[in-house]
Amino acid sequence: MSLGWKTPAPPAAALALALAACTGGARLPPPPPQTFSAAEIEKGAELAKLADCQGCHTADGGQAFAGGRPLKSPFGTIYTRNITPDPSTGLGRYSREAFVRALRRGVRFDGAELYPAMPYDHFAYADDADLGALYAYLMTRRPKDRPPTPNELIPPANIRGAVAIWKALFFHPGRFQPTPGQSAEFNRGAYLVQSLGHCGACHTPHNILDAEETKKPLQGGVQEGWYAPPLNALSPASVPWTPERVYRFLRTGFDRDHSAAAGPMGSVVRELARAPEPDVRALSVYLATLMQPASAAKGRAAPADHAAQAAAAQPAGAALYAGACAACHDAGAAMMREGRPPLQFATPPQEDRPTDVIQVILQGVQPATGPRGPYMPAFAGTLSDGQVAAIAAYVRARYSDRPPWKDLTSAVAKGRRQGGQG
Amino acid sequence: MSVGAPSRRDALAGGALVVAFSMTGHARAQEARGPQKTVPPALPGSLKTTPWLDAWIRVDVTGQITVFTGKAELGQGIKTALIQIAAEELDVPPQSLRLITADTGQTPNEGFTAGSHSMQDSGTAILNAAANVRMILGQAAARRLGVAADLLATTGEGRFKAPDGRLAGYGELAAGLSLHVEAQPNAPLRSRQGGKLMGQDYPRVDIPAKVTGGQAYVQDLRLPGMLHARVVRGPSFGTELTGPDFAAAQAMPGVVAVARNGRFAAVIAEREWTAVQALQRLQQAAWRRTAPPLPEGRPEAGLSGASQDQVIFDKPGGAGGAKTVKARYSRPWLMHAAVGPSCAVALLRNGQMTVWTHSQGVYPLRGALAQLLRMPPDKVRCIHVEGSGCYGHNGADDVAADAALAALAVPGRPVRMQWMREQEHGWEPLGCVQVGEAEASLDASGRIAHFRYEVWSHSHNGRPMTAGGLVAGAEVDPPFPPQVPRPIPMPEGGGDRNAIPIYAVPAGRVVSHFVRDAPLRASALRSLGAHLNIFAIECFMDELAKAAGADPVAFRLAHLDDPRARDVVSRCAEAFGWAARRPSDGRRGAGFAFARYKNLASYCAVALEVEVEHETGAVKVGRVTAAVDAGEAVNPNGLQNQIEGGIVQALSWAGLEAVGFDAAHRTSFDWSAYPIARFKDVPRSVAVQVIDRPGLPFLGAGEASQGPASAALANAVADACGARIRDLPLSPERVKGAIGV
Amino acid sequence: MSFVLTINGRDHPVDASPETPLLYVLRDDLRLNGAKFGCGLGQCGACTVQVDGKAAYACLLPVAAAAGRRIRTVEGLGTAEAPSPLQKAFMVEQAAQCGYCIAGMIMRAQALLDATPRPTEAEIRAHMQPNLCRCGTHMRILRAIRRAAGLPVEAASA
Ligand code: FES
Ligand code: FES
Repeated sequence: MSLGWKTPAPPAAALALALAACTGGARLPPPPPQTFSAAEIEKGAELAKLADCQGCHTADGGQAFAGGRPLKSPFGTIYTRNITPDPSTGLGRYSREAFVRALRRGVRFDGAELYPAMPYDHFAYADDADLGALYAYLMTRRPKDRPPTPNELIPPANIRGAVAIWKALFFHPGRFQPTPGQSAEFNRGAYLVQSLGHCGACHTPHNILDAEETKKPLQGGVQEGWYAPPLNALSPASVPWTPERVYRFLRTGFDRDHSAAAGPMGSVVRELARAPEPDVRALSVYLATLMQPASAAKGRAAPADHAAQAAAAQPAGAALYAGACAACHDAGAAMMREGRPPLQFATPPQEDRPTDVIQVILQGVQPATGPRGPYMPAFAGTLSDGQVAAIAAYVRARYSDRPPWKDLTSAVAKGRRQGGQG
Repeated sequence: MSVGAPSRRDALAGGALVVAFSMTGHARAQEARGPQKTVPPALPGSLKTTPWLDAWIRVDVTGQITVFTGKAELGQGIKTALIQIAAEELDVPPQSLRLITADTGQTPNEGFTAGSHSMQDSGTAILNAAANVRMILGQAAARRLGVAADLLATTGEGRFKAPDGRLAGYGELAAGLSLHVEAQPNAPLRSRQGGKLMGQDYPRVDIPAKVTGGQAYVQDLRLPGMLHARVVRGPSFGTELTGPDFAAAQAMPGVVAVARNGRFAAVIAEREWTAVQALQRLQQAAWRRTAPPLPEGRPEAGLSGASQDQVIFDKPGGAGGAKTVKARYSRPWLMHAAVGPSCAVALLRNGQMTVWTHSQGVYPLRGALAQLLRMPPDKVRCIHVEGSGCYGHNGADDVAADAALAALAVPGRPVRMQWMREQEHGWEPLGCVQVGEAEASLDASGRIAHFRYEVWSHSHNGRPMTAGGLVAGAEVDPPFPPQVPRPIPMPEGGGDRNAIPIYAVPAGRVVSHFVRDAPLRASALRSLGAHLNIFAIECFMDELAKAAGADPVAFRLAHLDDPRARDVVSRCAEAFGWAARRPSDGRRGAGFAFARYKNLASYCAVALEVEVEHETGAVKVGRVTAAVDAGEAVNPNGLQNQIEGGIVQALSWAGLEAVGFDAAHRTSFDWSAYPIARFKDVPRSVAVQVIDRPGLPFLGAGEASQGPASAALANAVADACGARIRDLPLSPERVKGAIGV
Repeated sequence: MSFVLTINGRDHPVDASPETPLLYVLRDDLRLNGAKFGCGLGQCGACTVQVDGKAAYACLLPVAAAAGRRIRTVEGLGTAEAPSPLQKAFMVEQAAQCGYCIAGMIMRAQALLDATPRPTEAEIRAHMQPNLCRCGTHMRILRAIRRAAGLPVEAASA
């Protein structure tokens, strides 16, 4: 694709990089905070928000950046690392070079491989100055002595050396190429999406070895049991995305013509809400442009609401929906008067797979940007797989024009496992 | 024990006891008491307005004692405290007492249960009434047993005992007496001689039912044949639905009636769920604003309107100190936000309207309802039944009116009306936005030389005295004129409550600006204007201490003369370990604040520690220590509970609350749009030191900690990271904005 | 439609339309006071009961989905005369002001203690997060839960 996406470097070069990495241990005393200029720290703070460093590197209720958050993958659970400047458990002894190398090449200070849960396949595209600013910011955080939580991975993923093979196969970073003829804002957005923003880490499909399918950038992927919908011409949104709507969504986790950010997108929005406005605008312009063809195709059809047909087709689902969902989602509900989007505007019922409808029922939605904002309770504890499936089938029938989803009950069981709602 | 007072004995002997029983307002000047009447010393507490003993205490022939109070249980534990007081003075087991609370058919009119007045008013009245009753019974026992009254002793289970062992029970004694007599102001108090019940942590009488699913609330009332209703309204105060489809609602199976009067409408159904569904059907209608648009922008935009200005403190001189400090503080609109939406049950039967309500003022509500229903007041009875905590004037009165109007449509059948969550959030009166501006100069020794403070506020008093004070009053046809908001005069004050510094200032001036026209619906929220004024003055004291280079606690003590105030400040600082606290490190810090509520009620100091997360501006409260002097502490644990709850609530106000609105309506419609503190947000611990003052008047403490807790939070944040935030709430965004990267 | 609800170990036939939230059936048909209406939106926990051992919002559980499952309400724990250990702990700690939230609090806390008899402070707070109390009784509720769990009643750091 031509919209400023990455141009891969030859695999051999990447392999050479990976091998080179094994040789140079670079553990040095932490630099004193005075080393960094205020401007550099501030720039780093902004970039850290665009990269959502805090979202992944902070455990629930833990100190910011001290790590420990579980990340689920097909190979088990990885616990994120402490990236405060603590000398023994954090980044304290990373030199600037070692830090840049870690982000660019996925190599620890001692040469060990970093798991690709850390999206170095994106950070590789960031420029030096940006990575240096991130370094300045992180090295001036409050150090926290928090040893790593051991990962829970299945073989062979539990052997770090396996990562070298993975890298040789899939890790071929190039350099960011701006798209000629596009505005500076568009290219800024493209840069951020491809590099620090690492949108593809969720929104690009992954192969069975959990590597991004770089041939299908931003065509929709699965992360932590959620489906991250396509951000290009395949966007299933029922109302066209415009730069303004994307901006509102990224900034508040919510757009009244779409839906609320849920799952891993919640923490992304929490950070983007506080990121510099021009950068979020740039992201919005770029993403809305990618989704333009989908929007152009949609523009005409009115969002669906086939209440009567759906009730006839899915009577059990209809009754459950009326008692469990309608208090918020049906006409006349307070939420509907208050600008929360009706379900026919939401993207999940339009998606090819039921993943998001299922996850949102199981896990609910937490307000993205703080205590205030769209909220939905989790039903995992109270509704059975069959009941969730019945509601999902009804929602699909009522709020979309698309064919029914198949095998819903087993999809719910799978969703529970992936979403950690066992 | 002496139980006699000569004037009383004479009065009894003279038989001048039969006076028409009246529980309503009592005009002392009209009493026909004959020549022996002299100017009586003022009776204490609510005995001033209701002096009759049998209005407070009745003893039947079996000895069963019933105590009456015009105050209501709001979760503040008043029932328990009043039972303790009565049992103490009557010297009977507390479990043996029956207590009847606010009911226009049975109890004295004690106005509103508000302003931390319950103990002062009703507690004092019952204390003295019970002492009077014991005195009268003692005199009767003396006559019966033929012994001098002061030789009799009470036994602790409702009897008098003569020195020779003969007994006389309260019941048999009462059978021959009328308690329909006026209280004497000086009946001797048992509690003053070292009682055993007052001052004890007697367990709350209402808690067992509340933790086991007993019937405890008006929400739990189930009367035979009861119907369920929901009121039909726009999203928030100042809006209406346009053309709801009443025919469709009426046609729903199970809908009994749609009660309508002008713009008022309620659906009434056999089943509650049907009523809820019918309401949702009706709410599909569009809505429009009926009042002028709301001011957008900063929450205090509405305060720029015309104001009534009053100088409430003026002490000339002292200008021109060495250093001048000036600061402006504000708080946004706040919600009561009860967990249980307001509810009432109403029944019209044989021309009599009975309303079970959790209103804070059953008598004023009766007056307003009588007007609204166009019925004589004696045909309306309001009975208090507990609801969810209210924290001031919330939707309780409005929903009572809604229930009564609905009940008119189905005579003979009780109607239970409960608001939906969005109705509570959208229609309840709010605690208003306020701005306080302080300026002071310090002399060369670092003492305050001059102190100026000005406060801008809307009304804190929208309680319904007429039908126009009820939401439904403006909806019925013809509508009732809205109540004109009025300021509450000093010394209690409304917006200017606690605006006069309690500290010794040689000169100064305090001006109260009352801005009558409020854009949103305003009324009493726990502590009224004292919240912002204490917040402002106590933050300002820290700012002054900083300018003077003084420790905040030492600076306060240097300006406090009242020994009780000094005591509370010192005790709190000591319990917290203020002197030995760790110095702030850019992230952790401690804050202190103090106030005497209304400058005439309880003293309360709060010290707390915080940790500010630099990356997000999130503030975590760790340890909180408070000290309180509420006069004689009837139930120290209950007092602690009130102070603790006040602190946690005030930290929620100060840390995250603000009512949102756009031009057309309130946008804070549920808990996701108006979040309050949850378990992860509340402090690590709260410890309350009670300074008991046995024998000193009850001061009431329900609202004493709101201001100090909020100010201590801001002071701690300033201490922790140097960011002085003067506008509430101290939201993470605001803190983050103030501390930078 | 008629359903059989298993509540506190006893079967109760009820007649209600299938979508009716369990809360209304408990309160209005079965005259159980414990579960309260607070929001009807799954935001406050006033209606919390246990369904198959897990804390659940009764306001959002259609009776059709509740039938055939083990439902437990605060009335099923104990009585004022013979309170359960957790209810007893709430009494000892005087953990209520208005008390409107308390039955829900107890049911949510009981679900935690059933699964994790000695929870950490952080676990308690995280578990109790869905339930609101406006009176600010939190500190006492936490103490009561710690007491019932046999933990030191004073807060350890979270
Ligand atoms: S009433 Fe069910 S969560 Fe609020
Ligand atoms: S005790 Fe009143 S809401 Fe919790």
